[in-house]
Amino acid sequence: MGEKPHIKVEMLSDPCLLAGVRQLVVGVAQRIGFDEHACSQVALAVDEALANVIRHGYGRAADRPIWLSLWPREENGACGRGLRIEIEDEARQVEESELCGRDLDDPRPGGLGLHIIREVMDEVCYQKRSPKGMRLTMTKRAPAGAGRGE
Amino acid sequence: MQDSSLQVQVESRGGSTILSPRGDVDMSRAPSFREHVRIAQQGKPKQVVIDMAEVEYMDSSGLATLVEAMRNARGLGVGLVLCGLNPKVLAIFEIARLHHFFKIVPTVSDAVGGV
Repeated sequence: MGEKPHIKVEMLSDPCLLAGVRQLVVGVAQRIGFDEHACSQVALAVDEALANVIRHGYGRAADRPIWLSLWPREENGACGRGLRIEIEDEARQVEESELCGRDLDDPRPGGLGLHIIREVMDEVCYQKRSPKGMRLTMTKRAPAGAGRGE
Repeated sequence: MQDSSLQVQVESRGGSTILSPRGDVDMSRAPSFREHVRIAQQGKPKQVVIDMAEVEYMDSSGLATLVEAMRNARGLGVGLVLCGLNPKVLAIFEIARLHHFFKIVPTVSDAVGGV
C-alpha cells in the first residue's frame, strides 16, 4: 500500500469494542472536515466491515486479531480530501466475487452489511492478504465544500 | 468497552407494550435487544411499540433484529410499530430499502393512538 498509515490500531474481534472504534473513526473524519452525515456513514461502514469479519470471518470468536488503518487525505491533489481505511484480518480467504449481499427485495434478517458498505463508501475493494486473511480497502471522499475541522 | 446489555424501559399503555431502548444498538447489543422484543411479543399485546428516540446509532445487526421481530409479529398476530427514529437511524432503513417494510410513525402517541 506504500505510504504508512497515519493511524493503525490492532484490536480483538470482540463486538464490545465496536463502539470505541466508531468514536475513533468519527473523530478522524471530523478532523478532516467531514460533515456529520459523512462521519456517520464512515463509522457505519467500518462498523459493518468489522462485524462481518467477526461474524463470518472468525465465526464470532472474540479473541482474534483485526487491524484498522486510517489515511486521512487532506491535500488538495487530484484525489481531493478524503479518508482511506483498511481493515485486515487473518480469517479464511474468499474471492471478491463471492462477497455479494442478499437480494434487497427479500426482507429477511442478515446479509445487509456488504450492501451498506458499498452504498455509503465511494470505493470498496476486497483482496486476499499474504499469507492469510483478507484486506478491505475503502475510501470516502469529503463532501463538496467541506472545510478542515478544528 | 461497551456493555453488551441494552437498557430497555418497558411500559404498558392500553393494549400496547412500549419498549424504549437506550444507547447504541450494534452487534454487541443486538442479542439483548432481540430478547427484550421477543419477551414483549410473547406477552401477546395488541401491538409492540419500539420507541427509538434514545437510540443514537443502529447498524445492520439491529436492523436484522427488527426484521426478525416483524416476521414474528405477523406470525403471532401482534402489531409492531417503530417510532422516534432520528435521521441517522432512519437512514439505515432507507439504505437497506426497509423503510416501507415497517410501520414507522413520529412519536409514541402516534403509535398508541393508532391502535
